[in-house]
Amino acid sequence: MSSEDLDVEYVAELARIRLTPEEVATFRSQLGHVLEHVARLNRLNVAGVEPTAHSFPIYNVFRADEVKPSLPREEALANAPRQAEGLFLVTKVLD
Amino acid sequence: MKSDYTATIGLEVHVQLKTKSKMFCGCAVAYGAEPNVHTCPTCLGLPGALPVMNLEALKLTALTGLMLKCQIAPVCKFDRKNYYYPDMPKNYQISQYDLPICERGEVPLYDLAYPKDAQKSIANPGKRVRLIRIHLEEDVAKSFHFESSTGIDFNRAGTPLMEIVSQPDIELPEEAFAYLTSLKQALIYGGVSDADMEKGQLRCDVNVSVRKRTDAAYGAKIELKNLNSISGVRRALAFEINRQIEALERGETLRQETRRWDDDLGETTLMRTKESAHDYRYFPDPDLLPVRTEVFLDEVRSRLPETPWEKRERLEKDYGLSAYDAGVLADDRPLSAYFEAAARGSARPKSVANYVMNDLLSALGAAGQTVEECPVRPEDLKALVTLVDEGRINSKQGKDVFSEMFSTGVDPQTIVRRKGLQQESDLGAIEALCREVIAANPKVVEDYRGGKSVSINFLKGQVMKLSKGKANPALVGETLQRLLS
Ligand SMILES: [Zn+2]
Repeated sequence: MSSEDLDVEYVAELARIRLTPEEVATFRSQLGHVLEHVARLNRLNVAGVEPTAHSFPIYNVFRADEVKPSLPREEALANAPRQAEGLFLVTKVLD
Repeated sequence: MKSDYTATIGLEVHVQLKTKSKMFCGCAVAYGAEPNVHTCPTCLGLPGALPVMNLEALKLTALTGLMLKCQIAPVCKFDRKNYYYPDMPKNYQISQYDLPICERGEVPLYDLAYPKDAQKSIANPGKRVRLIRIHLEEDVAKSFHFESSTGIDFNRAGTPLMEIVSQPDIELPEEAFAYLTSLKQALIYGGVSDADMEKGQLRCDVNVSVRKRTDAAYGAKIELKNLNSISGVRRALAFEINRQIEALERGETLRQETRRWDDDLGETTLMRTKESAHDYRYFPDPDLLPVRTEVFLDEVRSRLPETPWEKRERLEKDYGLSAYDAGVLADDRPLSAYFEAAARGSARPKSVANYVMNDLLSALGAAGQTVEECPVRPEDLKALVTLVDEGRINSKQGKDVFSEMFSTGVDPQTIVRRKGLQQESDLGAIEALCREVIAANPKVVEDYRGGKSVSINFLKGQVMKLSKGKANPALVGETLQRLLS
């Protein structure tokens, strides 16, 4: 994606962020620089390079299926905006 | 369905895996617990908490893939599926995007997997539904919608969830029913999941479109939600296919939308029309390293069970059972294990199957017991079948002995001896009884000799009565015929 293709308003909508027109202009310019920088990678010849899924050549970091203690509920709910009957309460959402 | 229309159905099935702990943290997987008692910084999505893969969840997914003849990827990885909803506080769900653990594979639709009323008229016998992929992800929290707020319980958040995606190979509601039944059975056989739809252990999203057979292009894809049972899926599809065809017949244009099935009313209603396409911006989760599956595949292969459909074929072949009997037994893994323990080495495996499927199942049902709790040992059932088979007791007595075995757990030989049920098979004794009856009934004997061959049944009855039911009926018949000829 080149910076001209960058739809800042759409990306903001996906991230659920409301931007002013001034902010849209600022981010378009700033994100454009980031994209240009990353786009340099496209100029590298990677014909002989194995694709990897991660920057570290490490695989298979697993844990055994064992139960560990969970947080006490009061602690889990400590940051809840509101709570009732052990539930986190949030603004009503529709599915 | 009107014959000039055809339906195209695809299913996405989510399956809760039977692990002890969650997918990326050590919190317990427990259902029906008090809300938010099985949480930690990882499954609450607190900043800085790092996920670590549960190896058993990967193994169970690979096991499912092997049972369903999938290709297991040599390397798979986890990605972030970004979206904003309070059931997923990280604002992304860890899932698998372009490198799922399993690809391809198939689910066979065998006859008994169809609804009972449809088994006689299966449109495509022996059909196999192809799979696109099976991947692993984390489940989300549970939401409870109240009048003015939504409550969230994170006990389920982060529990391992396997998603099985079918090709749109299914054409009929009955095939969707058979697909889910067959799949569910494989999952139970493999010990992968309890797969109870009513408990949400198996959840199913259905896409369905209809088109005229003469049209090349697929119709608008309609997604159905709120399907809570396998028969509900069948009913919802039957309703929906009909609704879509009627709409097309009226000249309406169908649009992509999501509809909710109401099982009580038996109809679907519009939930939402398709808004802008979902754009999840998947990218590889940098917190998780890729997986090379070869390190655990050998162990998974050693756990590979006989699939229900393999067992069905083997029961037919090894024990000479009918396809139906083999199907009923294979449907129930503990029951088929019991049957095999009783039938192995028996001269009459079919009689063993009859006892298991009739007497045993109804006795267990009446007692509210499972096969595992059955008081009759398989070798005792085998011995009972042998007693009946050899004519030592008749089949009516066999049933009585069985009930006694079931209520007391005593072996059949002992019961037969105690009750003095042993049939009289001593030829001399039987002959004496027969002569006595012949002498006492000259008129009947005359009728028989005069050509009224059914008269012998009366004589036979008299002999049985005289022996108090203990005489071997086959021997009595033979002896009477010999004496009267
Ligand atoms: Zn946790």
